[in-house]
Amino acid sequence: MLPYLIKRLGSLIVSLLVASLVIFACIEVVPGDPASFMLGINAQPDTVDALREELGLNQTIAQRYMSWITGLLTGDMGTSYTYRSPVSDIVADRLQVSLPLALYALALTVLVAFPVGVLAAARRGSATDLSVMGVTQLGIAVPNFWFAILMVIVFAINLGWFSAGGFPGWDAGFFAGLKALTLPAVALALPQASILARVMRSSLLDTLSEDYIRSARAKGLTKRQVMWRHALRNAMIPVLTIIGLQFSFLLAGAIIIENVFFLPGLGRLVFQAITQRDLIVVESVVMLLVFAVILVNFLVDLAYAWVDPRLRARS
Amino acid sequence: MKHLLLSTALIMAANAAFANTTEVTVGLQLEPPHLDPTSAAAGAIDQVLYSNVFEGLTRFGPDGSVNAGLAESWDISEDGLTYTFKLRSGVTFHDGTSFGSEDVVFSLDRARAEDSTNAQKALFAGIESVEAVDATTVKVTLKSPQGNFLFNMAWGDAVIVAEESIADIKSNPVGTGAFRFGDWKQGDSITLTRNADYWGDAAALESATFKFISEPTAAFAAMMAEDIDAFYSYPAPENLAQFEADPRFTVLAGNTEGETILAINNKMEPFNDVRVRKAVSMAIDRQAIIDGAMFGYGTPIGSHFAPHHPDYIDLTGNAPFDPEAAKALLAEAGYPDGFTTTLKLPPPSYARRGGEIIAAQLRAIGVETEISNLEWAQWLEQAFRGYDYGLTIVSHTEPMDIGIYARAEYYFQYDNADFQALIDKLSVETDPAMRSDLLKQAQTTISEDYVNGYLFQLALTSVVNAKLNGFWKDAPTQAVDLTAVSWSE
Repeated sequence: MLPYLIKRLGSLIVSLLVASLVIFACIEVVPGDPASFMLGINAQPDTVDALREELGLNQTIAQRYMSWITGLLTGDMGTSYTYRSPVSDIVADRLQVSLPLALYALALTVLVAFPVGVLAAARRGSATDLSVMGVTQLGIAVPNFWFAILMVIVFAINLGWFSAGGFPGWDAGFFAGLKALTLPAVALALPQASILARVMRSSLLDTLSEDYIRSARAKGLTKRQVMWRHALRNAMIPVLTIIGLQFSFLLAGAIIIENVFFLPGLGRLVFQAITQRDLIVVESVVMLLVFAVILVNFLVDLAYAWVDPRLRARS
Repeated sequence: MKHLLLSTALIMAANAAFANTTEVTVGLQLEPPHLDPTSAAAGAIDQVLYSNVFEGLTRFGPDGSVNAGLAESWDISEDGLTYTFKLRSGVTFHDGTSFGSEDVVFSLDRARAEDSTNAQKALFAGIESVEAVDATTVKVTLKSPQGNFLFNMAWGDAVIVAEESIADIKSNPVGTGAFRFGDWKQGDSITLTRNADYWGDAAALESATFKFISEPTAAFAAMMAEDIDAFYSYPAPENLAQFEADPRFTVLAGNTEGETILAINNKMEPFNDVRVRKAVSMAIDRQAIIDGAMFGYGTPIGSHFAPHHPDYIDLTGNAPFDPEAAKALLAEAGYPDGFTTTLKLPPPSYARRGGEIIAAQLRAIGVETEISNLEWAQWLEQAFRGYDYGLTIVSHTEPMDIGIYARAEYYFQYDNADFQALIDKLSVETDPAMRSDLLKQAQTTISEDYVNGYLFQLALTSVVNAKLNGFWKDAPTQAVDLTAVSWSE
């Protein structure tokens, strides 16, 4: 187990270093100057220069990369050009929305996809299976921002059960916060649950046709026992991979849904920061997301080892 | 049981109505990057803070007039060089420190300092010195007489800030206004609360929340669900008819200081020929752009000047829509078959939608445009600083900004010594009649030089709850002044 862990950790660190270089290089070549953006079209050139100096933009690229990367290592993400407050504070604020939203959506995804996928696999070819396949196909095909707007019209404008968007903050109470995240989470979960249910189904079907399942059945286990004891656990590897990918996607990819529901999440922060050329925020948030993705992959690797003892033995 | 339910519902409704009479939630398209109006151009900063939290020596009224602010009166010396401001006494900042002449000296000196990051530093360029005579008297000496000095001091960039609280101004603004800064949930909202110690008439509202919603569909949903009470500069003009038909809402269609122009690169061939610029101007059907891009909201203009200003003259007749005459002008200038140029469009819908229409109108006289859609930061880099454009569409939202035509290095690169002399004369002229005359000359000069294609004055369309009173219809500056806003029963 230990060598497996070390190998995984090593690749984690190398990936992060490479990612930091690529991110920095990509973002620094984007045209546009944050100081001119802030000061607008009436500003005098010397004022723009004074602001560039104040923001540290007159340093060389190498100097800026070094101060950024050494800052990151000590947990200091720098100071936002536009907000002028520490990036780590801004990001921490936004994570209070994005992280719970991603977890909420993922929980909905798993809660719906698991039983549906298992049911469809267990009754392969039945009307249930066919309708699951049909509905999930639709769930993948429907654009989630459109589904989100539809839900806003029905549940916020017509029925008045939810607000049309916005986030009251967790200090307004846990349930108020959860309520504000419900429609966005459902909108995010719909396509993900559809994907996961289909993966769950096909993975289970693959496993159910394995020899050891036949042996287990031959030994006299019931269909149900075989399903729960043998098939499900072995079908989990592709499912876990997908869940890992989905979590990273939900954390980083909610930009559109955050805009539809005007939620103060990470996606909207990055979106705003890009238009304002708040490069340091973009770099740090993208880096953080890369870190999250790599970390999730690392955890998924660990989970593989947990569900599949062969992986542990091999290393 | 039914009774009980009904009465509970009534009590709840009454509570809701009661809660509503002292609070307001206003939707804005953009969030301020930070909260210091004296070091950024972002209109969103003024929208939240101008007049509500921060005040200047003078202030804009809803009609654009310049009124007394923190200065209750002023004397102007005979030669027009010295302004002696008498400040209001008994004014305190929101942190409890007292306001006085030292704060005025600090604010003005900070704005015009060498390392100042004031986006409108030019407003202060004419100041020679600022002195505190006594605790409530400030003497400002100008380098030369300045006709619009009191006007300049009303800008959001000239508000009075205190040295004690300047370090944190970007996240915790401390002003003297009728509202104090409450809370900023970044990415979501800013809350202001009533300042109980305000020197003037207290605000009717106990608190006000600004919510930031950039997505047009989200703005529509939030308004319809009554999550917000008013939307300043509503982002989707296509929905306005629906709001107008709904008795719950009022649509306010007002003026802004935004002259929307088809800017022309005056130094670039073939635009360095005035006949070509005139042809471009005459190819434009302004009303078609207003109807097509702005859903009918907007007033045609013929120069770089706001139609609601008393010194405005209608010069739209200098470039009437006449494609045939435009073609003849092009032929005369040596382009009988037209030419190809670039049309660079920044993000606002007036530019993106207007650009498509203008491209079609120019095609009719043989001018082909290569349209590129740019973000603001790209636009600033390429068009504004790099002069790398043929045509572009921008709304110039600063009030009284005809002076930019005297800056030869400004992005449309209009270099006319006569015009520059005119503006120099205007800036030192203090006699109202003479000023009016000079302003009219200035409008006429740039109109007859066809510096840019003058399209329309940008309208301000806000959607407001029908029970809300006192919301500004016009935008003499980018402000959502809530000091006079109240609910009717």
